[in-house]
Amino acid sequence: MSSSTDWPLWEVFVRSRRGLSHTHAGSLHAPDAEMALRNARDLYTRRSEGVSIWVVPSTGITASSPDEKDSFFEPAGDKPYRHPTFYEIPDGVKHL
Amino acid sequence: MAAVTADQTTQKTLGTEDAVDADRVAAFDAAVAADERIEPRDWMPDAYRATLVRQMAQHAHSEIIGMQPEANWITRAPSLRRKAILMAKVQDEAGHGLYLYSAAETLGTSREELLDKLHAGRQRYSSIFNYPTLTWADVGAIGWLVDGAAITNQVPLCRCSYGPYARAMVRICKEESFHQRQGYELLLALSRGTEAQHAMAQDAVNRWWWPSLMMFGPPDDASSHSEQSMAWKIKRHSNDELRRRFVDICVPQAEALGLELPDPDIRWNEELGRHDFGAIDWAEFQAVLKGNGPCNEQRITQRRTAHEEGAWVRDAAAAYAAKHAPAQSSTQAPAPNSAPAHHVEETA
Repeated sequence: MSSSTDWPLWEVFVRSRRGLSHTHAGSLHAPDAEMALRNARDLYTRRSEGVSIWVVPSTGITASSPDEKDSFFEPAGDKPYRHPTFYEIPDGVKHL
Repeated sequence: MAAVTADQTTQKTLGTEDAVDADRVAAFDAAVAADERIEPRDWMPDAYRATLVRQMAQHAHSEIIGMQPEANWITRAPSLRRKAILMAKVQDEAGHGLYLYSAAETLGTSREELLDKLHAGRQRYSSIFNYPTLTWADVGAIGWLVDGAAITNQVPLCRCSYGPYARAMVRICKEESFHQRQGYELLLALSRGTEAQHAMAQDAVNRWWWPSLMMFGPPDDASSHSEQSMAWKIKRHSNDELRRRFVDICVPQAEALGLELPDPDIRWNEELGRHDFGAIDWAEFQAVLKGNGPCNEQRITQRRTAHEEGAWVRDAAAAYAAKHAPAQSSTQAPAPNSAPAHHVEETA
């Protein structure tokens, strides 16, 4: 049955070394989570690129839509006061 | 696919199709002009999508078919060191194929469709793999010349306008460098070996040189896809420009190897600051492309057989997954037969 149907798609996240976050590395097909992990090891860490791998079914990810990216991210657009550079501090004031 | 759904929604809301299309074309053109990357869920012209699918599929197929001529020598590698290296290289080619298939799938095609088209001869792979690997030296010549030509082609693709393709190429180029160096080292060992070994290395270079030059594709004035691909920044340099770059790189490398390139017309052109070289036999290129190369039939037959003979493994893995899937859980893996999702996060 399955030979005529693709296995589900998984997104692969790799932690390159301790202290860093997992980062999206790519995707692959696998029949289940365990095989997805093994395939991810073979595909994305052939040269010791990782110390930890996450695999997530692609269907489990909800993404923002590129069509509404302007309106979706607009609320942050007019709030420069959220950045430290917004504030003027007299010369010579230290540790601020 | 998500992009299609998004298109339809927007069209309903905004009214006339033409106005919407004009906006989107403008947004797409502006992104390309600004050297930004196009991502999977962005709107893109149908022809851009089709061009990418064609090119990325051919690229992925080339990696997979390219495993065959070299794997041919794994059992006969002259030392354990060479054998381990060759296995790692062939495994890399499989990996490169998988990066590229995943990247192609972000455009709305499926793995199954891509493989079906390869097996049915409806999508191509690089003609270079229709030549046979007759001696051990061919493994070296492939690494030096074939992978060398591929790198020359691929480095500019790291800046391709389509994000997933560019990211796949970054990963591939990093790994490809080992392929070229191991081939060069292999040829160097033969070239500096016995007279017979030297002759074997020279013979391999003689046979692989011209097909490697053909890897850059037809000359610019006969290349049907080039102009549009350059405008879309899928391609950054013309076929002839990359071919000349490759010749300039190879000439001193051949000297260092103590081997000759089989072209009496290669000479430095002081005025142009590059090497002139002899005419390429494009009739041979066309013949191999049409299926009349030495190994076309063998390569595709072996690929089909491998796929068919692997069916039971795929079935067994899917059956195991179905049997062990948690009964009713919102976090469970999708059932093996459910339609694959679009790549929400862009791949590679």
